[in-house]
Amino acid sequence: MDRSIRFLLNDQYVSTSLPAGLVTLDYLRQERRLTGTREGCREGDCGACAVLLGESAVEGVLYRTVNSCLLPLGAVEGRHLVTIEGLNPRGADPPAHPDGTEGPRPPGSALPPLSAVQECFLVEGASQCGFCTPGFVISLTGYLLRTPRASLAGALDAVAGNICRCTGYASIRRAVARVLDHVQAGSVASGGEGGAGGDGEIEAGRLALLVELGVVPRYFLEVPERLRGLREGEAAGQAAAGAAGAPAGPSILVAGGTDLFVQRPEELARGALRLLSRERGLSGMRREEGRLVIGAATTMEELQILPELAQSLAPAAAALQWLASSPIRQRATVGGNLVNASPIGDLSVLFLALGAQMGLHSVRGSREIPLESFYRGYKQLDLAEGELVEWIAITPPGADAVLSFEKVARRKHLDIASVNSAACLRIDRTRGDRGAASSGGSGSGRSGRGPGRILEARLAAGGVAPVPLFLARTSAYLTGREATPDTVRAALDAAQEETAPISDVRGSTAYKRLALRQLLIAQFLGAFPEELAGEDWR
Amino acid sequence: MKNLDVALHLRGETRFVDDLPEPEGTLHAVAVPSPAAHGRLKRLEIEGALRLPGVRAVLTAGDIPGENQIGTILPDEPLLAEGEVDYVGQPVALVVAESAAAARSALAAVELEIEELPAVLDPREAWKQGLLIVPPRTFELGDVEGAWKQCDCVVEGTAESGGQEHLYLETQAALALPGEHGSVKVISATQSPTGVQRAIARVLGVGMHDVQVEVERLGGAFGGKEDQATPWAALAALAAVRLGKAVKMVLRRQEDMRSTGKRHPYVSDYRIGLKRTGEILAYEVTFYQNAGASADLSPSILERSLFHATGSYYVPNVRATGISARTNLPPNTAFRGFGGPQAMFVIEGAIARAARELGLEPAEVQDKNLLREGDTFPYGMPAAGCRARACWEEATSRYDLAEKRRRIEEFNRTHPLHKKGLALMPICFGISFTNTVLNQGGALVHVYTDGSVGVSTGAVEMGQGVKAKIQAVVTRVFPIDPELVRVNSTTTLTVANTSPTAASTGADLNGKAAELACRSILARLLEVASAELGTAGRGAEARVDGGSIEIADGRVLCDREPTELSWQRLVAAAYARRVSLSAQAHYATPGIWFDKTREKGEPFAYHVYGTALSEVTLDCLRGTYDVDGVWAVHDLGPSLDLLVDRGQAEGAIVQGVGWLTMEEVLYREDGSLATRDLSTYKIPDLHAAPRELEVRFMDGGPNPLGVFNSKAIGEPPFMYGIGTYSALRAAMQAYRPELDLPLAAPLTPERVLSLLYPERLRELASRPTAGTTP
Repeated sequence: MDRSIRFLLNDQYVSTSLPAGLVTLDYLRQERRLTGTREGCREGDCGACAVLLGESAVEGVLYRTVNSCLLPLGAVEGRHLVTIEGLNPRGADPPAHPDGTEGPRPPGSALPPLSAVQECFLVEGASQCGFCTPGFVISLTGYLLRTPRASLAGALDAVAGNICRCTGYASIRRAVARVLDHVQAGSVASGGEGGAGGDGEIEAGRLALLVELGVVPRYFLEVPERLRGLREGEAAGQAAAGAAGAPAGPSILVAGGTDLFVQRPEELARGALRLLSRERGLSGMRREEGRLVIGAATTMEELQILPELAQSLAPAAAALQWLASSPIRQRATVGGNLVNASPIGDLSVLFLALGAQMGLHSVRGSREIPLESFYRGYKQLDLAEGELVEWIAITPPGADAVLSFEKVARRKHLDIASVNSAACLRIDRTRGDRGAASSGGSGSGRSGRGPGRILEARLAAGGVAPVPLFLARTSAYLTGREATPDTVRAALDAAQEETAPISDVRGSTAYKRLALRQLLIAQFLGAFPEELAGEDWR
Repeated sequence: MKNLDVALHLRGETRFVDDLPEPEGTLHAVAVPSPAAHGRLKRLEIEGALRLPGVRAVLTAGDIPGENQIGTILPDEPLLAEGEVDYVGQPVALVVAESAAAARSALAAVELEIEELPAVLDPREAWKQGLLIVPPRTFELGDVEGAWKQCDCVVEGTAESGGQEHLYLETQAALALPGEHGSVKVISATQSPTGVQRAIARVLGVGMHDVQVEVERLGGAFGGKEDQATPWAALAALAAVRLGKAVKMVLRRQEDMRSTGKRHPYVSDYRIGLKRTGEILAYEVTFYQNAGASADLSPSILERSLFHATGSYYVPNVRATGISARTNLPPNTAFRGFGGPQAMFVIEGAIARAARELGLEPAEVQDKNLLREGDTFPYGMPAAGCRARACWEEATSRYDLAEKRRRIEEFNRTHPLHKKGLALMPICFGISFTNTVLNQGGALVHVYTDGSVGVSTGAVEMGQGVKAKIQAVVTRVFPIDPELVRVNSTTTLTVANTSPTAASTGADLNGKAAELACRSILARLLEVASAELGTAGRGAEARVDGGSIEIADGRVLCDREPTELSWQRLVAAAYARRVSLSAQAHYATPGIWFDKTREKGEPFAYHVYGTALSEVTLDCLRGTYDVDGVWAVHDLGPSLDLLVDRGQAEGAIVQGVGWLTMEEVLYREDGSLATRDLSTYKIPDLHAAPRELEVRFMDGGPNPLGVFNSKAIGEPPFMYGIGTYSALRAAMQAYRPELDLPLAAPLTPERVLSLLYPERLRELASRPTAGTTP
């Protein structure tokens, strides 16, 4: 049996028999000597190793920007892997010497031309030491490839996972704006915005436009066809996932791998992996008896762009963009985030507040449990050997509910929380109207309405216990009560009673308690701005 | 002009040390780190590791043929621990294997027995125990004791500023290649090729001529590779010479963060005395510098703190004392600003607290005490060409301070849970190495027969654009197409005895040397031109001297008229006439001196000035904040490359903001680093950088000691970050006006929230803690 992993590396078909669990960064640098992809941290926090991963889709190719330090080689099988070297392929005719006559060729003149993104970075001086630079170029190029209606905010978000220590980002922002101008002007000139619809695959027309605009080289036009040539090989992907030389035995389940490859890289490089992200049945979303059932391998990016879900989760959904960088969101999955069981897992806390149910499956059968009973202790799960999380189901909050998500960390964006919290409050505000009628608009300083009543409360917090914690007693206390300042104070106290944070690198015990208090206040203020107006929370 | 290096970076074709093709059979080295902060090394067992697959050798102190010593200022730093370990992460042994992975796998098999000794992590504690790197030093001006009596207001207190991880994106790296006759060539990611060369010669017991050190460029450095690239280069060289194979050593991020020093944390005691009007009469400060386990560059860094104790102000009576405390941390080291930021942080905080006491705006006090022409610094040098006032005035008017204030007051009145803060930060930074000896640069220029030019200097490119500036210097003297000029890698073969590329002086010292070298070649070429144009003889010399023969746009002009002599033809003619087309030049900054016995002198070539406004919005409920903007007017003079200079200023500002806000270096009680990777140590990302960042460069007066009248740019703008700290503190004060906020940095969201709610924090701290520790 052919156990090699085959894919398109820039403009060439390649195949390798290296282990499927080897991270792509090491493969590129050590085996292919493609050294423009750089090692900055090996934990997905700097973006210096960003590459593009293109996947055949219905209309064309879907390109994702991913961190190659966390990307198993097995995930590249049958795909188009683009490194910085793939944006300036050799072989194109070099430009003529500027004055055509005497003197040596100026250095650099024998090189292929810069791409449009590179040109804009050059003009703005958006590169100093140059170590991080290819990562920025890749991230922005990937964004343009997968985004029919590129926006400046979207483009900046796409490079926000790239760390630069030299520039202070000002020149990078100017360069990104210049790129956007160039692409938008080009789109208008071509008489359209390209394909309609949301983010996703690039079809022939838009691809041709990006080639015309110099965003990607010409060989990209042939990639859809060339990827089809690899499809047959993809069936062998599962077999390849075991890869040459890997020991036999139970396979390690890997979803996005964005935490697993940070924690256990050596083990994964040697082990037999089952790459869940390649199992189509596990991703996507369906409606079922009023519930939204989300496949466990759905990525954070998909979670964000599933329109139905985004609507249900607003405004908490907006926070998803802050939780992880674009390359991480392209890989990290909902199920992986929950199973990882980090006490400060952002999605865990959000889904706890939403009252999520989990669907678990093994050869022995299937079962459904509430998320809060899944966590039994620090990194201890109600998950049997061989059992797999298949899906997560939530009932979208109704029109009478207010959902909120709060988080504090050292850095506002793209950081691990010190403390996070989520609240889903179902509120009866009609009582307030009756109160207003009976009190006849007394000058209470508020709107004259009485306080809303909390019909149902679900609060959860992270960083305050060994597990992402459903605040059961606080939630129970709140249920059925009027939202008055006294109720809130009592709830804050109840929350402290049922939590016990520890001091660690993300904050002291006292700070985490204070942060929990403040985040809950923020959530109550968001839900009951009138009821709580004028209160001094100092 | 487009920086040619940038195009290379954008294609990913730049080759950092780890990107270079490895010679066949290259071995990989990984250091065995000390697990203890302090202890006696009782036993070191390497046999188990040697038996592992792929392992070729495990080297210990006993394998060093020369001296086990790499200290630059003091001989107090062994290359490999011997007898004692002094910090967690200190290299104890070196595993050399066929792959880096094999070497790392073998680390655990090296057995260490260490008898732990008490570790000291706090600089005040070290001072109490008499653990000092060097004796304390004091700078004095006027009569401090006499001045207190004349003050209407005296404020005293303590200020603390934290460490800062350099987080250069390229980690420490070296590739050592053994040569003939016991020589070694080392490609090192260092700011100090000569420093590395000297240390390797010492360790190997050979002459410096047997050691070649080459640097193409660094993936960021910021001071972190001035002294601390040395151990890794020396270890690689040691292994290469012992084993006769090429040896590569590239640190993983966590290894780098664990084992290398950072910006020095300082604890400082200050006392400031003012008139009711805000005039500062006296200032006294004692800096306790947390130096770590060995001297490294700490004494020089502390010296610069003393030089910058009074910031951008004139204070008539000053006493500044510096104490360098030896602790059991990795040796702390150079970082952009080099002790200056730590000192300015203290006086800015002292002014803010004094202003509050006097009921004045801090800006009023700053304004009143700004340096003027001729004012004397505590080290006896008069301020000359002082631009402090000019920058301040320009900044406050261009960025409309009054309007910003009005808007902020309005915002704060209408937002109970959000507050904005505004602050100004005037800077004054002395340019030159404070160690006068180091103020020399060298260059070697070759013009090749086809007219192309190769220039080598002592300057190391690390993203600061010094190659672009050197190229600009060459084309100012030789007016030719910049693409004909290649700035070569920095190597001890072409330019010897170089100073580190540091102290913002790289372009000045080496640019001046390059200019001198080019000028001597140019003089020869003009003679040739004169002869070629048929004006030989007495008349020719007169014409050359009189300047009627010149070169412009790659062509010889005679009386401003183009001649048939192109640059290329002129060069070919010079070769045919057997005229040398090469020149070496040396530059030493004239006029600078310092007398350490009196602590007086004129140590700086010149000073750089500037003023920045910072505005911050604080979320008082969550303790988080956004930097709305930093707007600076900066004293630069005529730029050699505006893109480069603007980039330097913007990057420095964001680093300065990071240092005092989110960047927090935390050690555990056992001396191990808690913030040991990028998921726990956060530097600004694109969202965290100031939303508006604007730097306006002021036209300068003549600055003969700067290259082509420009001023150094690398470090000074870093200190604008202190203004952002002050603005954040002002926003906090707006929410809690009754609190006397301490001077402590970094202001992480944790610290901000804790300071905003001290009562709640105390109350919550008294709750029972968790029984279990995950």
